[in-house]
Amino acid sequence: MSSTAPVAVQPVPRGGLGKLVGHRLIDWLPAVIVLVGIVGLWQGLIVWLDVQQFLLPKPTAIASAFWTDKQELLHAGWYTFQEALGGFALGSGTAIVLAVVLARWRRLGAALMPYFIAANAIPIIAFAPITNQWFDGGLTKSSKIVIAAILCFFPVLVNTLRGLTSVRPQDLELMRSYAGGQTAIFRRVRIPNALPFIFTGLKVATVLAMIGAVVGEYFGGALNALGVLILARSRIFLFTQAWAGVFVACLFGLGLYIAVALVERIALRWMPSTSE
Amino acid sequence: MATMAAELPVEPRTEVIRRAAARVGTSILVLAALWGLWEGYRWLWIQEGWTWPFIVNDTTMPHLHDIFAALWAKASPGGVGPRLITVLVKGALFTAKEAAAGFAIGALGGFALGVLLAHFRLLQRGLLPWIVASQTVPILVVAPMVVVWANPKLPDSLKDWGAVALIAAFLTFFPVTVNTIRGLQSADRRALELMRSYAAGDWRILWKLRFPAALPYIFAALKISATASVVGALIGELPSSIPNGLGAQIINFSQYYTTQPRGLWATNVIAAALGISFFLIVLIAEKLVVRRAPENLV
Amino acid sequence: MNVVEISGVSKRFGSTTAVEGIELEIGEREFVSLIGPSGCGKSTLLRIIGDLIEPSGGKVVVNRKTARQARKDRDYGIVFQDPVLYDWRTVAKNVALPLEIARWPRQKRKVRVQKMLELVELTGFENHRPWQLSGGMQQRVSIARALSFDPALLLMDEPFGALDEMTRERLNMELLRIWAASGSTVVFVTHSISEAVFLSTQVVVMSPRPGRISEVVPIDLKQPRTATTREEPRFFELVTQVREALHLGHDLERAAPVITQQAEA
Repeated sequence: MSSTAPVAVQPVPRGGLGKLVGHRLIDWLPAVIVLVGIVGLWQGLIVWLDVQQFLLPKPTAIASAFWTDKQELLHAGWYTFQEALGGFALGSGTAIVLAVVLARWRRLGAALMPYFIAANAIPIIAFAPITNQWFDGGLTKSSKIVIAAILCFFPVLVNTLRGLTSVRPQDLELMRSYAGGQTAIFRRVRIPNALPFIFTGLKVATVLAMIGAVVGEYFGGALNALGVLILARSRIFLFTQAWAGVFVACLFGLGLYIAVALVERIALRWMPSTSE
Repeated sequence: MATMAAELPVEPRTEVIRRAAARVGTSILVLAALWGLWEGYRWLWIQEGWTWPFIVNDTTMPHLHDIFAALWAKASPGGVGPRLITVLVKGALFTAKEAAAGFAIGALGGFALGVLLAHFRLLQRGLLPWIVASQTVPILVVAPMVVVWANPKLPDSLKDWGAVALIAAFLTFFPVTVNTIRGLQSADRRALELMRSYAAGDWRILWKLRFPAALPYIFAALKISATASVVGALIGELPSSIPNGLGAQIINFSQYYTTQPRGLWATNVIAAALGISFFLIVLIAEKLVVRRAPENLV
Repeated sequence: MNVVEISGVSKRFGSTTAVEGIELEIGEREFVSLIGPSGCGKSTLLRIIGDLIEPSGGKVVVNRKTARQARKDRDYGIVFQDPVLYDWRTVAKNVALPLEIARWPRQKRKVRVQKMLELVELTGFENHRPWQLSGGMQQRVSIARALSFDPALLLMDEPFGALDEMTRERLNMELLRIWAASGSTVVFVTHSISEAVFLSTQVVVMSPRPGRISEVVPIDLKQPRTATTREEPRFFELVTQVREALHLGHDLERAAPVITQQAEA
């Protein structure tokens, strides 16, 4: 298996954000080609097959609708994004803190784990109208933040708890031989070990946070919220404008996802392969 | 042989019973603790008149026993018609049909896509970022358009619910695709070399080695997808005015929440039961299919 | 003075007895190898000495203290078969781990790590990640880590078991050099007879089911050992002696079930 010569001695990836993204630019080339291809095909097919505009408008029509309305759309997107971000931070933060507590008292954590997994299987989104009733009939951001937070909470909790407890036994033996206390074990073994798991949970949570905010808005939200805006437009058959709104929602959702993925890449630079 | 067998630690029957009893005990304890938390919180907030984060009263947080009692009461005000639980279970079965169909479409499609992308690396690089991006599409607002688009193309027996199943499939396929790729690529390098030494073709390697290696990953994804398909079905029903499912009940009870708050809570109880049942079915299937050291539950 | 004194130690896991009736004394600056077939409890014994598991019975005294106190006083340096390095730490930071836990000041830590990496000849690899090193280099990092805080007792659990023969022999030489330079006492678990004889001042031969010490073979090869040590006639004599001790223990264990079977028939 192992050889005597130092194998694969490469420089440790160092440097800041720029380099991390930069040396991967070439990797993104196929993705860009695919995007151009899909958009081109979409446009071509609609023109060629004469698809009804109200179902799926041409990309160019969506783009121009976006351009005309960009002020209002981005404003609404930002409003919804704030709800999602607030819920993401609240839900994930609480989950991570609770997971650390539960990992510290392992018997309690192990006893409760099946219940968290069960809770994770509940379609919590059905709860959205209730949080709306809790907070001002749903007209402020609080209700959306809370539903988004509840949605984010369980995947992050389950993943973090698993990461904190799936430490190799030898790692713990080593710490024991140094008479390292619980604090040392958490700081130097459990938390670094849990980081990849935590980021998996956080990436799931970004998507859930946006879903939570939009669904919450469906049951009633401020008029300048993106979800409300898109639904209002599709109700009066302004489908092109509605699709422009969908585009903005994707933009913000993807932005949050990419932000988390970038932090992950920086935090997990030590991993043998952060590419996957 | 004889000595070997004698050395295996034999678990006494009493030990098994003791452990089962402990498990039942814990679940009763946990449920009691949850009930205590709920009622305790309620009591304290009402007693002290606290209004942060929200005002607690019979509308915002009904008694848990009231919620369960509402399930057995007649659905319509005035005590006529079927029991609420009958109405909700009927809705849940309809939603389950959509979710199950969506789950099947999503799981099979997601798996096929995963196999394809794992095999063609360039395709993976080109498509995977957009597959990730696709999950940020707010399906709630896209759902009505999907229903309008799909309904004319569907035969009568599939109308409405078939369209919602497509929406459920959209949430289902993603975890399956991602984990199929990861799982297929997780096969041990030495095992691959072994297969190559037998001059096995790509197709053989896929079925004899890569697929079994990927199974734990795929099941991990299916367990996420089980819930996702229920969520997808519910979200798909909400804006598409399909009256038979649980989604319609959610809309209905959220409109009458101020007068009849227990209905919405009861609907949530049934939705939770539906989600957990889907999860458990996949969990049981996994136990039957993946005969391996169970590392973790999900 | 004895560094380790073990009397009447036994360990049961459930209904299985891992080790039983262990009596062993290890003097200062000795290099003691524990050898025996799989399942003879040599790793268990090592872990009992290091207070990583508690014995079911008997007493372990390390440096005139209980094993627990010795562990709390950081008397042990441990090397496992796997290097057990943390991927998220650089080589230098892995070596510094026990020093951080013992709260050494940063500057002192840095000097020490440098010295340790020199000792295991890994200067220049400070900022590499463990997974960028070969198996042998990783194990050297783990040895540097174990020695970094001058432990009185170095416990090694088949540290070179996963390495190829050439790397293994080279690391054997290095280990002897480090042992001579550091002045610590070593308890070394191995499968390899020649490795045990080459390295040790005493070889403790164990037999399985239950794990017992069947013989202690003193190794009187002259110090320091060199590459030619392996070619001395005395080396072969001692290897033979250990091998016979191993087989004796093994045969006794083999004989037992045969007799029972006959009795049954």
